[in-house]
Amino acid sequence: MVNGSPIIEGFIEAIYLIITLNPQVVEITIRSLYISLTATLFASLIALPLGALIYFYDFRGKHAVVSTLQTLYALPTVIVGLIMFLLLSNIGPFGFLHLLYTPGGMIVTQTVLIIPLLMGLTVSALSGIDRDKRYTITALGASRFQTVTTIIAESRFAVMSGVLLGFGRAISEVGTVMIVGGNIRGATRVLTTAIALNTSMANYSVSIALGIILLGVALGVNIVLSLVQRR
Amino acid sequence: MAIVEAQKIRKVYGSLEVLHDVDLSVREGEILGLIGPSGSGKSTLLRILDLIEPPSGGELSIFGIDTVGERGRWLDLRRRMGMLFQRPIVFNASVYDNIAMGLRYRGTSRAEIDRRVKEALEAVGLSRYIRSRATDLSGGEQQRVALSRVLVTDPEILFLDEPTANLDPGSTATIEAIVTRLNRERGITVLISTHDLAQGQRLAHRVAVMIEGTVAQAGSPREIFHEPKDQKIARFVGVQNIIHGRVVSREGGLTTVEMKERRIVSKTPPPAEEVAVVIRGEDISLHRREPGYEEAENLFPARITSVEPMAPFVNVTVDCGCALVALVTARRAEALGLRAGMDVWVSLPARVVHLVPR
Repeated sequence: MVNGSPIIEGFIEAIYLIITLNPQVVEITIRSLYISLTATLFASLIALPLGALIYFYDFRGKHAVVSTLQTLYALPTVIVGLIMFLLLSNIGPFGFLHLLYTPGGMIVTQTVLIIPLLMGLTVSALSGIDRDKRYTITALGASRFQTVTTIIAESRFAVMSGVLLGFGRAISEVGTVMIVGGNIRGATRVLTTAIALNTSMANYSVSIALGIILLGVALGVNIVLSLVQRR
Repeated sequence: MAIVEAQKIRKVYGSLEVLHDVDLSVREGEILGLIGPSGSGKSTLLRILDLIEPPSGGELSIFGIDTVGERGRWLDLRRRMGMLFQRPIVFNASVYDNIAMGLRYRGTSRAEIDRRVKEALEAVGLSRYIRSRATDLSGGEQQRVALSRVLVTDPEILFLDEPTANLDPGSTATIEAIVTRLNRERGITVLISTHDLAQGQRLAHRVAVMIEGTVAQAGSPREIFHEPKDQKIARFVGVQNIIHGRVVSREGGLTTVEMKERRIVSKTPPPAEEVAVVIRGEDISLHRREPGYEEAENLFPARITSVEPMAPFVNVTVDCGCALVALVTARRAEALGLRAGMDVWVSLPARVVHLVPR
């Protein structure tokens, strides 16, 4: 290797690792995408209908629920990780599922982590449909069910932005995957935990390669997001 | 027959009372203009009549059906009516899909929707935009899309909530023309709210004035504009002269009222001792010298105190023992050579002098 700063060397080697599709890098990337995409899917299946329910039904304490959700957006991931660790560990109530230190457990944890975000963003996406638009839908003769489907269809892009943001939070967080997944090589190691580990081992090239990939994913999400929002 | 009959309608939002004691009856096939200042409750009343929101109290029957007892029929009733809002509302979809919405809600067949949507677009001159995204159109075009979306559903009653408040004169004229034609040709009953008095007079067969959350007066445009029931209505319908006076006598069908140093006669029976005299500026005639042929009961000399151009009219204020404002066409003002300080004669028929209680 050329003698120079280890950062530049690491960077060059990182590019090499990506171009040659280094098996370790590919494996970690695929696992990361698999876990976070699955978590986003499950969270969407739960959070979107719940968010819609909160928006469409008036109940006591609705405002408090929405505020709580918004507070939970910023919930520290290590706290979620800790709670989920306790729940999934052998001493916890869900220990019998043996999900601790498995990708399944990481999916469950990330799902829990982003549900408040997706619910809150769904509520605000639907709230983006102004009063006059709702009056118009009613005045056009929509039944209750038709009203709900029209409002959801009308806010589809805003809802989709929320889902993408949820995915972004899931794939880029370290706290829960470290605690619940355990960063086991070949089993639960994902992009973020691998970067943390390799950096502390002075294995900069792998860290930089994974960092570039993670940034690439984040960039991809942002590009899709801005395309969606421009609609 | 009354197609809409509202009695004692009341609407509160939290602790805010928006409507109270609203009595309104709309006849089948008429255009009723709902005029009133902003915030007087026009939009809320229209939404209640269109069954978009329930009233907090009162009786409401539509098509002869009591809506208070029959909540289950609201959707069916609503589907026989249509409403166009002040702000152009279009959905994030093609123009075609926007106009098809109401028909799809009603389960109309695809072929029928296709036929009607194309016909409607033709009628408002937007055929070339059929595949365009509705949100890309201009405000006037969006409002025409919104109107078509309502009209394809063939409403029996059409509610228009200040439909042209945000539009340019061209789009306004198009929408007014469509509405009057539909009323004439298809006999659609129309309720239009507006704060544009000229539009109210131009379109409506009958006018209802809303002041502070209730219908203060309903009647022909002539009644509303020339015989307002009280000072607030008079002020809203643009009466230039509202002058406090005292009734001094009533004989031979004429009431004599004293305002400061001027006595004038009116055909209105005295509503009280203390009255406000209501005279529209355009009913006051000015002459350069004493007219010999004048049949107006009130004829007196006056001096012009100010001349204020308000194209195409001129507001002329005269002092005749009390101040009166006359509305004169700019051309006539020029012909008479009206200017401040000039002595003129004022003539005023007793029938245009309207009295309301103070």
